[in-house]
Amino acid sequence: MKQFFKNLFKKLKFNPFSKRGHVKLGLYGPPNGGKSTLANRICLDWLDEEMSSVSHIAHETREIKIKEQIHLKNAKGKELTFSLVDTPGIATKIDYEDFLKRGMKKAEAKARAKEATKGVIDSIKWLDNMEAVIVVLDATKDPYSQVNITIIGNLQARSIPVLIAANKVDLKKANIDSIKAAFPQYDIVGISAKYGKNLEEFYEEVFNLIK
Amino acid sequence: MVTFQFIPFHQIENLSSAKRVNKLLNVVKQDKIVVMEGRLRKQEEADLIEITMEEISPKFKGIELSTVYPDKNKQTAMQKVKGRFATMLLGDRQGLTIIGPANVVKKIEQNPDKIELFTKESSTRYRKTKRRK
Repeated sequence: MKQFFKNLFKKLKFNPFSKRGHVKLGLYGPPNGGKSTLANRICLDWLDEEMSSVSHIAHETREIKIKEQIHLKNAKGKELTFSLVDTPGIATKIDYEDFLKRGMKKAEAKARAKEATKGVIDSIKWLDNMEAVIVVLDATKDPYSQVNITIIGNLQARSIPVLIAANKVDLKKANIDSIKAAFPQYDIVGISAKYGKNLEEFYEEVFNLIK
Repeated sequence: MVTFQFIPFHQIENLSSAKRVNKLLNVVKQDKIVVMEGRLRKQEEADLIEITMEEISPKFKGIELSTVYPDKNKQTAMQKVKGRFATMLLGDRQGLTIIGPANVVKKIEQNPDKIELFTKESSTRYRKTKRRK
């Protein structure tokens, strides 16, 4: 009987059985922005285990990864449970020769490129499943890329709340101001996922994102 | 040699989203750079990336995409009203979209009111000039 009502409410997009605060939180962005590094940082901080493998070579994450039941608690005692979804980086071009330059063999490079294209498609398809998204941008790079604009535009069109994480602020070239200038209407928090810099502010922003 | 193909808004105005995206992609796959009047809808931009990924092969390595659009925050109230009125009558023709094949276009830099397009030929030429010095 409970299952019947669950299905009914799901069809009606209203579910009184769902736990309050339990949402799918997606990590989106271009390749090598640090999505998987941030996913690992969040999981290490709250579950004491890692989630994804990371690499300097682009498109290391080529399939959607989900870690369920991440439980956050802030200093005020507020609690939040969510499923973290680490997505492959979204790109408009994938050239297997770029992987050859990184020392891969031809067959391996071609296979990686093929998996990467599928990963991009999956990331876009999964947009509809997200209830909130953290867009992870490399703060050392130009934020005015069409991929960034397309990702954020599509989230806005779907009325999905967005937080922008300007990652890699530990690097000298990092420029959060350029990201703020490019996306003035969004909350932006500068972090270093690799070194755990400014994560307290980041977690507070996550609480604000998922009200 | 680099070829640009201009696509006026009226050519895509009445097409469905799928047909719009396919029309643009077919031109790009002929190694031409599309200069389109107006811009795609947000969902169509995502569809363009998705279909591009499906089409990637050793010969077609993807696209470079950029859009310039008037910054509405910098517009006066009158300009906004005029823009909305024009959109109602003629469709959203504001802005310009550039789509190039990745094997011809190295990168497109948007900054944010101008677009700089770097082709693979010109970057090779640049490197050669630099070496001569």
